[in-house]
Amino acid sequence: MTPEELRSRAERRRLEESRFSERLRVCTATSCASLGSGALFDALSAEIHRRGTGDRCELKRVGCLGLCAAGPLVMAEQGTGSTHTESLLREVRPEQAASLLDGFRDGFPAEQSVPLDLPFFRKQRRIVSEACGRIDPDRIDDAVAAGAYRALLEALHERTPADVLAEIDRSGLRGRGGAGYPTGLKWHTVAKAEASQKFVVCNADEGDPGAYMDRSVLESDPHRVLEGMALAAYAVGASEGFVYVRAEYLLAIERLRQAIGQANQIGLLGSAVGGTAFHFHVEVRLGAGAYVCGEETALLASIEGGRGTPRPRPPYPAAAGLFGAPTLINNVETLANVPAIVARGGDWFASIGTEKSKGTKIFALAGKVAHTGVIEVPMGTTLHEIVFELGGGIPDGARCKAVQTGGPSGGCIPARFFETPVDYENLAGLGSIMGSGGLIVMDEQTCMVDIARFFMAFCRDESCGKCVPCRVGTVELHQLLDTIANGRAGTRDMELLEEFCDLVRHTSLCGLGQSAPNPVLSTLRHFPEEYRAHLRGQCPAGVCFPASPAEEPPR
Amino acid sequence: MTQTVAGRPESSRETEGPAARRVQEDPRWKPVAATLRRQGHRPDALIEGMHAAQQAFGWLDPAVLRALAEALDVPLAKVFGVATFYHLFTTRPLGTHGCIVCLGTACHLKGGPEILAALTRAHPVEPGQTSPGAEMTLTVARCIGACTLAPLVVLDGEIAGPVTVEEVLERVERWFGPASGETTR
Repeated sequence: MTPEELRSRAERRRLEESRFSERLRVCTATSCASLGSGALFDALSAEIHRRGTGDRCELKRVGCLGLCAAGPLVMAEQGTGSTHTESLLREVRPEQAASLLDGFRDGFPAEQSVPLDLPFFRKQRRIVSEACGRIDPDRIDDAVAAGAYRALLEALHERTPADVLAEIDRSGLRGRGGAGYPTGLKWHTVAKAEASQKFVVCNADEGDPGAYMDRSVLESDPHRVLEGMALAAYAVGASEGFVYVRAEYLLAIERLRQAIGQANQIGLLGSAVGGTAFHFHVEVRLGAGAYVCGEETALLASIEGGRGTPRPRPPYPAAAGLFGAPTLINNVETLANVPAIVARGGDWFASIGTEKSKGTKIFALAGKVAHTGVIEVPMGTTLHEIVFELGGGIPDGARCKAVQTGGPSGGCIPARFFETPVDYENLAGLGSIMGSGGLIVMDEQTCMVDIARFFMAFCRDESCGKCVPCRVGTVELHQLLDTIANGRAGTRDMELLEEFCDLVRHTSLCGLGQSAPNPVLSTLRHFPEEYRAHLRGQCPAGVCFPASPAEEPPR
Repeated sequence: MTQTVAGRPESSRETEGPAARRVQEDPRWKPVAATLRRQGHRPDALIEGMHAAQQAFGWLDPAVLRALAEALDVPLAKVFGVATFYHLFTTRPLGTHGCIVCLGTACHLKGGPEILAALTRAHPVEPGQTSPGAEMTLTVARCIGACTLAPLVVLDGEIAGPVTVEEVLERVERWFGPASGETTR
């Protein structure tokens, strides 16, 4: 397929769509699906069929519409050009199918309409999630009409791999998996490696509790990720790719597999992509419920069919990775940024964001916040804007205490620092990390010692057991935190806690152990008074000493 | 159908015993065999093969693991190592129904631990175990990535959330039948 053929394919699909004067997009991503959007879709389909209005009313399944808490969500569109209107409807039930269709004529019920000028929508800047909620992830033509694979075919036909690399360099893109390593630098290392075979691996083993951005992208717009992988493969000289997905993400896996099949079929992936000499075969590999497999060397071990345990680096995967070959590993969101960068230029991308962190970041907003869901904001947006403007603040008039970013590798940032613009350096400076994008809002009823214990229990359970500091250290740390939370600790325990944190951090083999103490250290730093209160047998948030004192009497 | 990797003696299959052979003749093995064939019986097909086998047989019993070891010509020790490393693989039979309680961060904050505590109080089952009558396997998950629905549980593969303790107890009660529910309360 040439770029022209792709363009006419896109044009055809756009024309087809413009014939419908009424368009309904029903979110069928995991969250809305759990709330019954499948039955809603069927009810709408039956009603359109009954009315015989299928020639003017288009009904399609789309991915995430963002405001997950208000699902099932439906976007109703009418007209084109200057008469184009969009209405987002919340909590639509199957029995409302008929009245929803009447809404095109009579107007939609105000109580179910979500104002689209809410800061939740207005303050977003959507690059990665541009087509999420717009296209049908099961139809490649829908993605193509929205611009998918254009950057890839243009690059294959008109630009050299070095050209693509230079664009990524200029963009200043950094790894969205959490650590923020410059993407261009990583690509260069793999590109320079000399080998007959190289691999591109997409890390979709999204394991941080509270983080589901990658799931949302994969479920809503899988082609964007695949195109990013193909561009990466072209730039570094790879011909095979793997997407390593959590087995828990059933819908994402299904859509990804389907997308690969469709792209192979029309020559946008596979052999001789776009009629050129570039080959790129992609396979999906499933995880099996091991958090540590998000670590790159453990991930590779798992793709090779073994236990997902990490190994020391160097050699880095860029030099010796999958099956010993040079391997580029990037996270879902990183790769999903690539098509837009190649299409619009690195300079364009670099104009968004802060000095050292370019572009946007997707966050999964969850916890004690009014508007939970998926948001994409420019780097440099403040935490205050995210929690109180986009997130709509804390429900029930409660006070916000902190946000947790970076999952078990991150930390808690107290509300007094909310004016901080979000970027890699600022979050690290506050003792947390950007992480993969889980952002959990906590109110006054959240106990920081309990949260530290919660994350340590997570790391203890997920430690692969290969190295002693992590295997034993996380158990010891968890016991100490448990003693503190139960009000049975003394000052010596607090000293031990800090000593063990230091030890585990500096001597563990991989990122899991090295970052496991972060939630403890960040809460110790920002909320020392809560730890002191526990030593006196008090829990300020009222979490740790519940109403059943008979079981474990605080001393 | 099986294909041995060059350099490995053909006779190593003999030691795997007749149990493995029986599994490979079981009609449920068919989708597993297809999965392994798709990946050319390379050793890295092990995890994909295990997923297929667990789906087909419900759990990974030792004979199934032997069959996988034989089909891929991978040492049995490695197969056991992999099966016991990953949380999603189970080497014990599961109950008729499955209840997963999510204990991710959002669910932790919004009441997941209370749901789990209520379940273990009401029924004779601990997290990660199956009830003595095999009515239910109770597991905990560290975030299944649907945090806006917190607190949530997965009942027989379907996400339910936000749920209250009472709702979960009521749904699970049905699996145990009325008598069991009465006595354990």
